[in-house]
Amino acid sequence: MAELPPFQKLIDEHAALVMAVLRGAVGRDGAEDAFQETFLAALRAYPSLRDAGNLRGWLVTIAHRKAIDHHRARGRAPVPVSSVREEAVFDPDPADGELWRSVAALPPKQRAAVTLRFASDLPHEEIAAALGCSPEAARRSLHEGLKRLRKEMA
Amino acid sequence: MTATVDKSLERLRERAAAEGLLDVAYATADSPFGTLLLARTPQGLVRLALPSEDVEATLADLASRISPRLLEAPAQLDEERRELEDYFEGRRQEFDLPIDWQLSNGFLLRARRGIAAIPYGETRTYTDLARQAGNERAVRAAGSACSRNPIPLVVPCHRVVRSDGTPGLYAGGVEMKKRLLAMERQSG
Repeated sequence: MAELPPFQKLIDEHAALVMAVLRGAVGRDGAEDAFQETFLAALRAYPSLRDAGNLRGWLVTIAHRKAIDHHRARGRAPVPVSSVREEAVFDPDPADGELWRSVAALPPKQRAAVTLRFASDLPHEEIAAALGCSPEAARRSLHEGLKRLRKEMA
Repeated sequence: MTATVDKSLERLRERAAAEGLLDVAYATADSPFGTLLLARTPQGLVRLALPSEDVEATLADLASRISPRLLEAPAQLDEERRELEDYFEGRRQEFDLPIDWQLSNGFLLRARRGIAAIPYGETRTYTDLARQAGNERAVRAAGSACSRNPIPLVVPCHRVVRSDGTPGLYAGGVEMKKRLLAMERQSG
């Protein structure tokens, strides 16, 4: 059994990041509920977590799932994005629900990379940090995820 | 932004408690001896760390021995903090708090229940304690029932002294033990 730190420690260290990720992914209005759902789900699962190695990545992954749930529930409604960068091509328009269903079906690393990049608008280094992998690995996950999405959406 | 997260965390603590996901709640409390750490489960007060104890280590120990679902949730410990404050002010002689004894068992549990029954302002010896817990010769074990008492003050191990009348050791330091005994003599 892994020795898990007190859950409060995860909150102290990562609550602000999780909130930032969620604000990027679902907008300011949806972020509060998604934040609650994320941490309650994490609390529920925490005692049986086997690997205490990358708790930050684990939390961020749960946050994506909650963000995806949020988008699915809202279907085609437009998504408010707190800050839009030139290179971020998060276009929620055409078949939004369908797109998110496809995103949700990606393997976890790819799903996380895609959500972080386009919904949370994080740069590669931040994605890598959140996932607990190298920037190259993050780039690769993103690339694989996008390839798969393009194929499915084509 | 931090303010908003604080508010969200307040809600999270409430919801976690309501949904049965808060296995251990903890909070700090001021005392004339320094900052105390209090921890409780839904059953009751399970741990009180004296100012001499390391907070990080205490929390890590609780996470591994009880549950890692451990959150700082002061509202869950309002009653404990209030009663301790009254005790230090000399307004309270008995604690009326539910206790979770899960960190004690066997002889140590019997001895600690015995400690909990020593009235305010009185003392017992380590030998008294050993005899009462069912083994007169286990004086040394009676000593560790005190020295490693998970809930000092509320389970008043400072009221257990040596047979020769000297105070004996205390996890919070001999000075603290002397001051507590003196305070109880005055207020009692």
